[in-house]
Amino acid sequence: MTAAVQEALELGKVESHLHPEGSFDVEAHEVPKGREEIWRFTPLKRLHDIHDDAPFADGATKVEVEAAEGVTVETVAADDDVRGLSGLVPTDRVSARAWAASTGATVVRIPTDTVVEGATVIRHHGTGSATAGAGHAVIVAEKFAKATVVLVFEGSAVVADNIEIVVEDGADLTVVSVQDWADDAVHLSTQHAKVGRDANLKHVSVSFGGDVVRHDFSAEYAGPGGSVESLGLYFADAGQHIEHRLFVDHTAPKTKSNVVYKGALQGEKAHAVWIGNVLIRKEAEGIETYEENRNLILTDGAWADSVPNLEIETGEIEGAGHASAIGRFDDEQLFYLQSRSISETEAKRLVVHGFFNDLIRQIGVPELEEKLTGTVEAELAKNINTLITKDNA
Amino acid sequence: MSTLEIKDLQVSVETEDGPKEILKGVTLTINSGETHAIMGPNGSGKSTLAYSIAGHPKYSITGGTVTLDGEDVLEMSVDERAKAGLFLAMQYPVEVPGVSVANFLRTAKTALDGEAPKLRTWVKDVNGAMDKMHLDPSFSQRSVNEGFSGGEKKRHEIAQLDILDPAFALLDEIDSGLDIDALKVVSEGINDFRAREAKSVLLITHYTRILRYVKPDQVHVFVAGRIAESGGPELAEELEANGYEKYVAAGV
Ligand SMILES: Nc1ncnc2c1ncn2[C@@H]1O[C@H](COP(=O)(O)OP(=O)(O)OP(=O)(O)O)[C@@H](O)[C@H]1O
Ligand SMILES: [Mg+2]
Repeated sequence: MTAAVQEALELGKVESHLHPEGSFDVEAHEVPKGREEIWRFTPLKRLHDIHDDAPFADGATKVEVEAAEGVTVETVAADDDVRGLSGLVPTDRVSARAWAASTGATVVRIPTDTVVEGATVIRHHGTGSATAGAGHAVIVAEKFAKATVVLVFEGSAVVADNIEIVVEDGADLTVVSVQDWADDAVHLSTQHAKVGRDANLKHVSVSFGGDVVRHDFSAEYAGPGGSVESLGLYFADAGQHIEHRLFVDHTAPKTKSNVVYKGALQGEKAHAVWIGNVLIRKEAEGIETYEENRNLILTDGAWADSVPNLEIETGEIEGAGHASAIGRFDDEQLFYLQSRSISETEAKRLVVHGFFNDLIRQIGVPELEEKLTGTVEAELAKNINTLITKDNA
Repeated sequence: MSTLEIKDLQVSVETEDGPKEILKGVTLTINSGETHAIMGPNGSGKSTLAYSIAGHPKYSITGGTVTLDGEDVLEMSVDERAKAGLFLAMQYPVEVPGVSVANFLRTAKTALDGEAPKLRTWVKDVNGAMDKMHLDPSFSQRSVNEGFSGGEKKRHEIAQLDILDPAFALLDEIDSGLDIDALKVVSEGINDFRAREAKSVLLITHYTRILRYVKPDQVHVFVAGRIAESGGPELAEELEANGYEKYVAAGV
């Protein structure tokens, strides 16, 4: 066991369902049946058995790296000590299986005091392989480093991975994970971050494509003063299941977390799930946390589940709040826009753009902003066609 | 040219206890170039009249007709009505988060004209209209009405009136929530609009205050879903002095 894991386990034990015991032992995690709290929303039948015992092999994705100047990207063997540096201990079978099956790890390192211009992009092209892939990546921003790392997933593949993020003291890291998969892809990703003293992490999850995309993102703090901004944007189409499970574990005093996830859903059986868990431990005095999830249902037949959970073990906090909403178009907004000559379709498009705009701006990666606005537009184009056929029907 | 003809208009809204009749037969003709003021107590149905003409989905028309130059307005969708020349300045303008005023105005103008406005003159026009309403150019980059003060929302409505240049303006309590300086600014905006050729205005208000700056051709007293009396500008003075009591008491 690495030193980091040891340390993580030494924190006071918490009697909370938000904090299940993790284990690297695959057999310590029973094969999920679907009734378990952490699996109850996920369509297990569509996971190609990666939650059970389907084999993993290399070659499910081709990886392409564009490293920004000052950033090193290398592949290390599976037994390298860097694995586990974030304190990630698998809390479900898929994560444990991916951990065990990974034949190596991609390590992205931003050296101490290095301020990096531009983004480092790691592109995963799904090759359409029938066999699932298991991935592992570790992103380390050393002390006072500043950088942006973008993970892009596209093409067809079945993938389970563990992504570790380590933000050392005073560092400032942005990690964006873009799931732009083809329609048949399945992606279960466990992403865990350890945030150092006075360090900042902005974690962004963007999900458009894929049949089943489930992302578990968790964060803990290695010292006081750390801050996590967790942003998410998703667009679920007919038949798509997009699930985000967030867990911010306030393990240190004076830490901050701000979670904002926004999604639009359209088409028959489009389903989005958002579980936002925040645990404020006894030792986490003076923290501030806010989490928010908003869903815009664009057509009939789509549905969203949104569950914020806040567990507080100390009374000494600066602020804690959450908001969750699942709504449809606001008639008053549409009427206002239409009364200015804007057609109903165009009005809806404007409202959806507006819904996502603030969030896209907060991502703060200019190269990405334009692309995301374009992708929202493309997603909407699908919906607008279905709307038109509906109207004509 | 535009004549708006409202004949025996009856309108109800859906409530928990079933439909509730609000407009009980409104008849009113506004000819091209005229300004009419509608005055009436709270809840008499003034906004309902404005919204019904503009096509808000909340209201169902149970009887009567509305035509614009002979065209059946009630058959038109909301945006078609706007394209036909109707403009409604709302009592409570709606916030549209994340949509900038600039984007909103450009989209509206493009929809109205069927083509995108010429970039060079457009920016000048928008800035000019904002400036006339004493709105800082930075408003263009803000989300539509979001975080605007009550007065700023009203001035933003008149800036839109200026830019979109409809034939017919329905102004629902454009004067409420304005201090005297803002009232003058807004009134000037309305008068600038009226000075253009063949523009008509229906001005809904509680107070005679605005009528000192925007002189109506006709004044209508609106009580309990009907026009109780119509007259010239002098009727406003009388209302100012005596209130609506005589009409309400008459149970019209
Ligand atoms: N959804 C609704 N359910 C029940 N009553 C409604 C509904 N909408 C409007 N009304 C009623 O219709 C009546 C007319 O409302 P309207 O807003 O047209 O009045 P108004 O003359 O514009 O009043 P104000 O001067 O306060 O603006 C009011 O009694 C109002 O309560
Ligand atoms: Mg009103």
